[in-house]
Amino acid sequence: MIISIASGKGGTGKTTVATNMALSLQADVQILDCDVEEPNAHLFIKPIIEDVSTMYTPVPVVDMEKCNLCGECQKICQFKAIIVVGETVLTFPELCHSCGGCMEVCPQKAITETGRELGIIERGKRNGLEFVHGKLRIGEAMSPPLIRKVREYARSGALTIIDAPPGTSCPVIAAIKGADFVLLVTEPTPFGLHDLKLAVGAVNLLGIPCGLVINRSDMGDDRVREYADNEGIPLLMEIPFDRRIAECYSRGDMIIAAMPEWKERFKELYHKIEDIVSGKKSIKS
Amino acid sequence: MKELVIISGKGGTGKTSMLSAFASLAKNKALCDADVDAADLHLIMNPQIIEQHDFDSGHTAFINQDKCTQCGRCRDLCRWNAIDENYTVDSIACEGCGVCYYFCPEGAIDFPLNTCGEWFISKTRFGPMAHASLGIAEENSGKLVSLIRQEGKKIAERENLDLLLTDGPPGVGCPVIASLGGASAVLIVAEPTVSGRHDMERVAELAAFFKVPAMICVNKFDLNPEQGKAIEDYSRERNVKVIGRIPFDPVFTKAMVQGKTIFEFDGNSEGSNAVRDIWNKVSRSLELE
Repeated sequence: MIISIASGKGGTGKTTVATNMALSLQADVQILDCDVEEPNAHLFIKPIIEDVSTMYTPVPVVDMEKCNLCGECQKICQFKAIIVVGETVLTFPELCHSCGGCMEVCPQKAITETGRELGIIERGKRNGLEFVHGKLRIGEAMSPPLIRKVREYARSGALTIIDAPPGTSCPVIAAIKGADFVLLVTEPTPFGLHDLKLAVGAVNLLGIPCGLVINRSDMGDDRVREYADNEGIPLLMEIPFDRRIAECYSRGDMIIAAMPEWKERFKELYHKIEDIVSGKKSIKS
Repeated sequence: MKELVIISGKGGTGKTSMLSAFASLAKNKALCDADVDAADLHLIMNPQIIEQHDFDSGHTAFINQDKCTQCGRCRDLCRWNAIDENYTVDSIACEGCGVCYYFCPEGAIDFPLNTCGEWFISKTRFGPMAHASLGIAEENSGKLVSLIRQEGKKIAERENLDLLLTDGPPGVGCPVIASLGGASAVLIVAEPTVSGRHDMERVAELAAFFKVPAMICVNKFDLNPEQGKAIEDYSRERNVKVIGRIPFDPVFTKAMVQGKTIFEFDGNSEGSNAVRDIWNKVSRSLELE
């Protein structure tokens, strides 16, 4: 089963929920931190890293010996990543989406591919928990290719918990597409509500069942609860504002370690998700 | 005309609350919400929309079933697995590269331009505002960020204003990169947590990479002074100007719930005093009078 933890608004507690839930369970669990722009789960999981690999995405190189400056590559490229200027062909690897169109179209077979570094993927373990995250290279604009590479480590037998990036555009879609369940974490404020609605829109577009965690649940107003009620989104957990939790988070400590009573609550959260997902499956079959 | 862009790396550190507070204090300014993916500034600014435009960018392939012979060429070439065995394009997976459209031997594929969002020029009680909303699950947020900043600059120049205050997106990827180019300075709003520190280091590195001068303030400083100081030390080493500490103050949430800036809600709270002090430093650093 794949559970993606998303939010719309940043800083609502995705990583807190993802890491504490992952470490509360005894099962075969892996956590994939797909917030590759700003990955944080490792600061709480503190895994022992066993493997680091650099990830690349293909970009064109032109062999000017073979090129006859016909301009077909420039014509097919939607991203202005390859242009013919005078007697040469310029490539802009940072704009390239790696579609391979220029290579395919070149009548002289003058184009081959090399790699643009996307960032790194680190893999490790903490006790029984398997940990994988991607770290986008500073200056690299495109996070979805690296997110997709992190997701390749999902094992079908395991419970895969994905920590998704904030927002609702392509990186979020890359992190929630194909998940069995999306757990949305929000805060009961106007910003939290507004961005939650966008996140629910994305989840609905993909047709994935979702549920809600309200963090700092006593710090805003009731509009998030009313919205969830009206939309029929199950409220699965509330985490009240507690300075001890905030301080514990600030140090990189796990809530379930500092306040063990939370371990049962995170287990229960998982069981509620399991019930929803299995219920859905039985309806389908 | 100067442009200050507020970024953070980590989400939820208080960018929008800070920008709104600055809107209360700054003179002769226009506002710009460049967090087009999850825009929130309008919830405080309550803009009256004057102009509304579609944002057209990127294409999506569409296969005409009556012309398609299912030869398989498009499926072989598509690197996004966006075309299924029934020769239907998954518009969410489609990258808009046009390779299938270009090579289809039957000419069965259309490749229309997408409308992937909207942008607006509005009036607010603090001055003109440029803002946008990207459609859900859409791409090209970087292009929309560049566009909305351009529009923000245009209205600021048209109205002879001194400053554009731009609310940036979280992260370090494409929309953030698009929000940095050509800015007079960025203000990083950090929080004193291990995550906040990790993320501010990455975004400070990004600002340095693009050679934009950076300042930093630490929000909720008293939550973990040790982390707060570590952030300040790191910043000084990297030539990021340290310009203040803001205490944890519920006034930020309370003001937001009422759709107000912290100064409209309570101009004498601890948080407001700290922000006023920070604004004075920002204003001096940008050489605004």
